[in-house]
Amino acid sequence: MKKSVLVGIGATVIIVLGIVLAIPYLQPKTETITQTPTTTSKNIVLNGAGATFPYPLISTWTVQYNKIYPNIMVNYQSIGSGGGIRQHTNKTVDFAASDAPLNEDQRKAAPNTLHIPITIGCVVVAYNLPNVPKGLKLTGELVAEIFLGNIKKWNDPLIANLNPEIQLPDKEIIVVHRSDGSGTTFVFTSYLSIVSSEWNSKVGKGTAVQWPTGLGAAGNEGVAGVIRGTPYTIGYVELAYALQTKMSYAYLKNKDGNFVEPSLESTAAAVEALSPILPKGDESWEKVSLLNAPGKDSYPIASFSYILVYKELSVLPKMDKEKAIELVKFLYWAIHDGQNYAPNLQYVPLPKSVVNLNEETIKSITFNGEKVWDLA
Amino acid sequence: MSPDDVFKYILGFISGIVVLTLFLMVLELFRYSLPVLSLKFIFGINWNPVVGSEEYGILPYILGTLVTSAIAIFVGVPISLGIAIYLSEMAPNFIRTILSFVIELLAAVPSVIYGLWGLFIFRFWVRDFIEVPLSKHLAFIPIFQGEPFGLDILTAGLILAIMIIPTVSSVSREVLMAVPDSQREAAYSLGATKWEVIRLGVLSYAKSGIVGAAILGLGRAIGETMAVTMVIGNAIGPAALPTSLFKAGQTMASLIANEFNEADPTSLHPNALIGVGLILFVLALTINLLAQLLIWRILKIKEGAVE
Repeated sequence: MKKSVLVGIGATVIIVLGIVLAIPYLQPKTETITQTPTTTSKNIVLNGAGATFPYPLISTWTVQYNKIYPNIMVNYQSIGSGGGIRQHTNKTVDFAASDAPLNEDQRKAAPNTLHIPITIGCVVVAYNLPNVPKGLKLTGELVAEIFLGNIKKWNDPLIANLNPEIQLPDKEIIVVHRSDGSGTTFVFTSYLSIVSSEWNSKVGKGTAVQWPTGLGAAGNEGVAGVIRGTPYTIGYVELAYALQTKMSYAYLKNKDGNFVEPSLESTAAAVEALSPILPKGDESWEKVSLLNAPGKDSYPIASFSYILVYKELSVLPKMDKEKAIELVKFLYWAIHDGQNYAPNLQYVPLPKSVVNLNEETIKSITFNGEKVWDLA
Repeated sequence: MSPDDVFKYILGFISGIVVLTLFLMVLELFRYSLPVLSLKFIFGINWNPVVGSEEYGILPYILGTLVTSAIAIFVGVPISLGIAIYLSEMAPNFIRTILSFVIELLAAVPSVIYGLWGLFIFRFWVRDFIEVPLSKHLAFIPIFQGEPFGLDILTAGLILAIMIIPTVSSVSREVLMAVPDSQREAAYSLGATKWEVIRLGVLSYAKSGIVGAAILGLGRAIGETMAVTMVIGNAIGPAALPTSLFKAGQTMASLIANEFNEADPTSLHPNALIGVGLILFVLALTINLLAQLLIWRILKIKEGAVE
């Protein structure tokens, strides 16, 4: 190799390393804010990221909120719950959204995180059986058996006994699951872990699990697409997707023994049944579960979607008092006026009891120890 | 320092950036995947990201990558070579111009488009015209067993074959066109037929270049993510072992694309996925090195032949 090339490479290494090391010192010092006007006409950008499931709702909020307060821009990137939690832990966003509450380790990594349930999701078991439009009856145990690969045929006696009025075909069941890590998967596998001990010990629950059988497709759209395009498939999707794409879905047996059709009403019934025992916003939500809720009309597979924020907002490097006020005002709007946009988008609006709980949580947010709500 | 020196140093600087980037990339991949790297990681078949029972083995995805890429090469390279031979040796000028243009256009199609087409149209063709007949008549062969549904290793391999055709055929065409006419004239003067001219005069002369073209295609097939993810069926763990062509599988690239977004940052899941990236990198590097060796060997033989 020519000497000049070596010199060039050496120079590159030194210069690039020099730049990398110098970056922290080159950044201008942030100005300290002396004045704190309570209402601002300054343009403010609030950044959020996280779960894909509430994305249609949150993005509607950002548009509507910007119409009311033109100087406030709320950005939300739907990068997935895991990504949202990562950015929240790294303090790179002002708020995050997640379909799963933080577990103990995650709470330790991001201490003083508040959970604010913003909407409720419902997972349906969708299938493609020619000539069986909807209303195939299934129990949680049967769904687990199918997804474990123990029940292989549609005309298995266990399915046939529940559905005497339906002529079931002698065909192999093709299981379709999510291939990408997903909050929907977390909800669905959590439900299967509750109703089937074999599922719990062999597979467990998580945003991604080791599926014993079947094929994976990315996103609710992907799973819905495969199911609609392929007869004799079964899978799970969010209620919104099943309704919008007019898929066939199963009625599931709930804790009280009734077969319940998934709908906004039956999901709301599950939330109502559990709302008296919810924790406070700054407590651990790890144990909160709408799954297999009691009540005769409760649909068994439902879950909250959460917004995650820090209780003390000054821990965020890019946060200032003005921004903190606007963030709190946005969150307050989201759990009140924002809920009006939910039903049209097939989300379940929060019941009054949950809204009251959230109000308390939002009012406890501080900036440098001061209650932000009192400043607004 | 003369202007020439300045120019030299600037160019040296630019090439240095490439070396540095590569070095940092390997360093970071290695650093993040260190907690999971072990023999069990490479030869294990369980992939369980559930916190509490975490276990990561990537053998099914290494095999998935190799099998889909192999299908792509076995199907794609002969077709590409046929196209290249037709274009350089037989096609009339105006057809050559049009066809070359169209093929190069195909190379510019983003992979997600191939994926969508694969998901909505191509997989049904594969299922109805290839898989169903094969599984009906040849089901006694293990690789043709299972219920065909079109989202599987075969479909992924065939999509990859289509995707590498533009690259492989246009590079091979350049290689064939670069063969000196004296080669062809010599063969004709010995009374060779058209086929013999192509085989003896042209193909054997261009061998190393054609291998190079195939390796370029292989490189694209191994790293291709989007299109594969959409049609391979994305099975996981032992279910992803490519025991049959009609089974859902998974490649290393598709696994990373599928799971990275939602990987729990407090678990080993992200480390394992970065580890998959490292192994993919090493695999691609190894294949490129082997290809380089192969090309050198072919060139050496030819030099010997000339003497």
